[in-house]
Order: sequence, then C-alpha cells, then structure tokens
Amino acid sequence: METRRDVFQAIADPTRRAILLLLASQAMTPNALAEEFNTSRQAVSKHIRILTECELVKQEQKGREIYYHIDTHKMKEIDKWIEQFKQIWETKFNQLDNVLLTLKKKKK
Amino acid sequence: MSTTLLNEFTVDKQTNTIHIKREFAADRPTVWDCYTKSEILDQWWMPKPWKARTKNMDFREGGNWHYAAVSPTGEEHWSITSYVKIELEKMFLANNGFCDANGTINPNMPMSKWKMEFSDMGKNTLVYGQMQFPDLAQLEQNIAMGFKEGLTMAMENLDLMLAKR
Repeated sequence: METRRDVFQAIADPTRRAILLLLASQAMTPNALAEEFNTSRQAVSKHIRILTECELVKQEQKGREIYYHIDTHKMKEIDKWIEQFKQIWETKFNQLDNVLLTLKKKKK
Repeated sequence: MSTTLLNEFTVDKQTNTIHIKREFAADRPTVWDCYTKSEILDQWWMPKPWKARTKNMDFREGGNWHYAAVSPTGEEHWSITSYVKIELEKMFLANNGFCDANGTINPNMPMSKWKMEFSDMGKNTLVYGQMQFPDLAQLEQNIAMGFKEGLTMAMENLDLMLAKR
C-alpha cells in the first residue's frame, strides 16, 4: 500500500512511537521488542512491518538473530515538516510587525 | 524589520507542545490588542494569501472567537478559540479547534490548548505561546492543516518544481 510509506502514518500510532523510542537507544531483536509490550507478538510485528515499510526501521541479520535498528534518515522528514509550520508562523508574525508599524504611525 | 527581534520556535515531542517566543516592537497594551481584538486579528492571523474573517468575537472567560480562514478563491476553513482564563495584558488560556460555519467543533480534527504570555522586553513586548496537543499525531495533523491553510502557494511552487524533474 502506497500510504504506508508516509512517516506520519508511522508515528501516528502510540505503540509505533514507543518502538521507535526503544530502538533509538539500542538495536533490538523481535523477541526483546515484543517483551516490552502487553500486546501479542503478531501485533508488535505488524507495527514493525509498517515501520520498515516507512523506512524508519532497518533490520540486520547477526548470526541467527535479527536486529532492528532505527533509520534516522527518514525521521528528518518530520523535522522538515515542522520547519514548514515554523514558516507559517514567521509569515504571520511579519504581518503583525506590519500591523504594529501601521498602528504606531496612526498614533503619531 | 531591520532590527533583529527575538524569535524562537521549538517542538517538544515528549509533551506534544509547540513553544513559540517572539518579540514585537511595540508596548504590551498594543501587542495585547493585536492578539485579542478581532478587527486587528483579521489583519494578520492568517498567513498570506489566506485571510482571517471574524464571524463572532467575545473576548472574556467562557467566550469564543469564531473565525474563518478564507482563501483568495473563497474557500473557507472555520476555527473556534474558546477563552478559558484571561489576565488583562499578561496572559490568556484558550482551547482551539476546527469547526463549521455554525461553530460546531469537529472532534476528528486536532484540538489544542493554548497559553499566551505577554511580558515587557525593554520597550518591546515578548509573546510566549505554548500550544499543547493531546498526542503527537494530532500535533502532526495540525501542522498538516496549517500547511494546507497557509502554504497553498508553496505547495503550488513544489508542484511546479516536481513537474520540472
């Protein structure tokens, strides 16, 4: 599904955010990850699959074990998005600066 | 403005809060009016090319500001700000949400709690805004909405840019 490849879809779910936070501190095996949650292993692995599809999580084979890593590259998209929000406010504030200038001129 | 005014924007993803600090070159009562009088809010609250158009403003505790963001083609997005607590020229607390033309809040759209603080900074005024969302997803959704409302032009530019590739 095309929509799955959206970082915001990925972080829209609290469990997936918790997984990302856990993986941010260390790489983990599927079993170790599942143990952190009260939900079923299938549910956790479904979340991991979505995170992998969104390219926020990478997997790596180490011996017999699979380890999940966080992929910070895509996380930057979230920051970029926030940057756009910041620009909206900047535009608004510049407009307010102009309003204030006009008010000041009227007073004089 | 030629002088540099303090301007800080941070997102705290732990508490789902956006912090915005901005200095304005005017005294506190003037800046307060800009944030609380609809005839002035209408002049700046929506980023160009959108315009804010107030339907109703009742700035008191328990009162509402009901307004629309209007696009150059006449498209409307309605919002409502409910004032919870007001300390004259110092601060106000408000809840903010998207609604329809009758002021009925859309529960599927992001809601946020706002705290706006006003303080003196020499001859200037510092406004410290905190916008808190129930969860990160709603914060992201609000950003998406703001983007939709505010940066239609930028989107078109992006479209053009992508078309050239």
